[in-house]
Amino acid sequence: MRLLTSSPFASYRWVRLSSLVVLLAIWQVAATAMTSETFIADEYARSRNAVYFPSPVVVAEAIWKSATTSSGLTRNVIEVLGFSITTHDLVFNIYQTLYRATVAFVIAMVLGSAIGMALGRVKGLNRFFDGWVLLGLNMPALVVGILSYIWLGLNDTALVVAVVINKIPLVAVTTREGAAAVQPELLHVARAFRLSRWQTLRRVFLPQLYPYFMVAARNGIALIWKIVLVYELLGRSNGVGFMLANSFSTLDVDQLLAYAFSFIGVVMLIESFIVRPLERRATRWRM
Amino acid sequence: MNALDVDIRRKVFSSPTLDFVALSQLKFTVPRGQFCCIVGPSGSGKTTFLNIVSGLDGDYEGEVRIAGHAPGTGPRLGYMFQSPRLMPWLTVEKNVALVATHRAIAQGMPRKLLEQVGLVASVDAYPNRLSGGMQRRVALARAFVNEPPLLLLDEPFISLDAPVANKLRDLLLDQWRARGATIVFVTHDLREAIQLGDRVLFMSASPGRVVLDLPVPLDRPREWEGRSIDEFRAQLLTEHPALLAGLEQSRLAEGEAVRAVKAGAA
Repeated sequence: MRLLTSSPFASYRWVRLSSLVVLLAIWQVAATAMTSETFIADEYARSRNAVYFPSPVVVAEAIWKSATTSSGLTRNVIEVLGFSITTHDLVFNIYQTLYRATVAFVIAMVLGSAIGMALGRVKGLNRFFDGWVLLGLNMPALVVGILSYIWLGLNDTALVVAVVINKIPLVAVTTREGAAAVQPELLHVARAFRLSRWQTLRRVFLPQLYPYFMVAARNGIALIWKIVLVYELLGRSNGVGFMLANSFSTLDVDQLLAYAFSFIGVVMLIESFIVRPLERRATRWRM
Repeated sequence: MNALDVDIRRKVFSSPTLDFVALSQLKFTVPRGQFCCIVGPSGSGKTTFLNIVSGLDGDYEGEVRIAGHAPGTGPRLGYMFQSPRLMPWLTVEKNVALVATHRAIAQGMPRKLLEQVGLVASVDAYPNRLSGGMQRRVALARAFVNEPPLLLLDEPFISLDAPVANKLRDLLLDQWRARGATIVFVTHDLREAIQLGDRVLFMSASPGRVVLDLPVPLDRPREWEGRSIDEFRAQLLTEHPALLAGLEQSRLAEGEAVRAVKAGAA
């Protein structure tokens, strides 16, 4: 699980950057071609404007518009620690989605890790609950979401509960694998030198699980934000998922892509400024 | 009071198909400050014995007392395993500090010991950056960090080049002398036992018990490759030819013992 964190190639960043530029250029050309007169040769299609594919410039404009105006679709007031901050569409909805995803992520990681460690260390438990975990892994996310909304109402609690239930089996399976792979030799060292339980847990047991926690966290982030969007689309009246649903019902492709790319950007920022530095710290000793 | 009193009547490993008697009538004492080597063929229960003394294994018939305390109580022991067994995610110094008592930390023992084993330049390195010999030096510093009254070593210098192993033996003897510890050193290498010990206990193949208790009359410091060691060893093997046979045929004997018990159980 060695990571390409510090690349020895100074040109590495440039490769990434130029690949991004090439992608944008292809997009721009394709968008222009597909909406041009020559491409839409079919008279019927042209009249319906059947294919509408906005160029990156148009999407950038749409992002700017959402970031600076309020359409009135959502309330656009962020409440943090008793303060109310009035914002516009884009910031408010991304904030809502991130907030839900973060709460669900933390709860799922804590519960899933605890369950996974118990299953990995206690054979009897694992034998008994293995079927449950399998059931959980294969339960469609949509089913959990719909049931949660039916039983708990159309609110954030129902959304978070549904995400957590979706995510726990995945975290548990990963940490279970880690807990089962813990080396008894090192635990013997802890016992022979009579370390306290707390020291044994913190300094000997958990460090062996860090790589597994990191895998669970990574997969968790990738999965959770997608599930949150679906659940927002299903039963919430704000958040990125809700705005995507709104774009669908009004066939507003500009807005759809504006939200999609903004959110991708935020997720990538989280990845490179929070997840990767943490990962680097946890695996420093392998270098 | 003796540093170690051992009276293990029986130690059995039970499984549904067979009961394996690892130790039987293992009885001896080690006075304070002695360097006691235990030699025996592999499978004679040497590691099992150390696990009992260190409190890792409490399931045995008999009694073991470390300076009058039951295993796992009383003062902390030092333990050096066959492999270094360092925590790869902790730096060298943190590995040693991990097992140190508050008192040892307050006295700066981790750093002091790392200096004495010549690792002061590597205190902030991670173990997988170190050679096998250096990792064992860390393990040696860790074993001594609490100035334990009793130190257990389980073939700690196995699979090392002779010069590296000899350097480590010197360091071990330095620490032993400086700290006045009692040492129980387990090995299957008769030569090493004679090089190091005040006394050598010979264990039989399983079930392990003491078959010969022999003082080593050689003066210290001893030359690692010196003639006196070889002569003493040769003399020993002519007087007790069964010993070498026991050591060399250990693997065979172990396999037979297991099969015999299995057949009996069936």
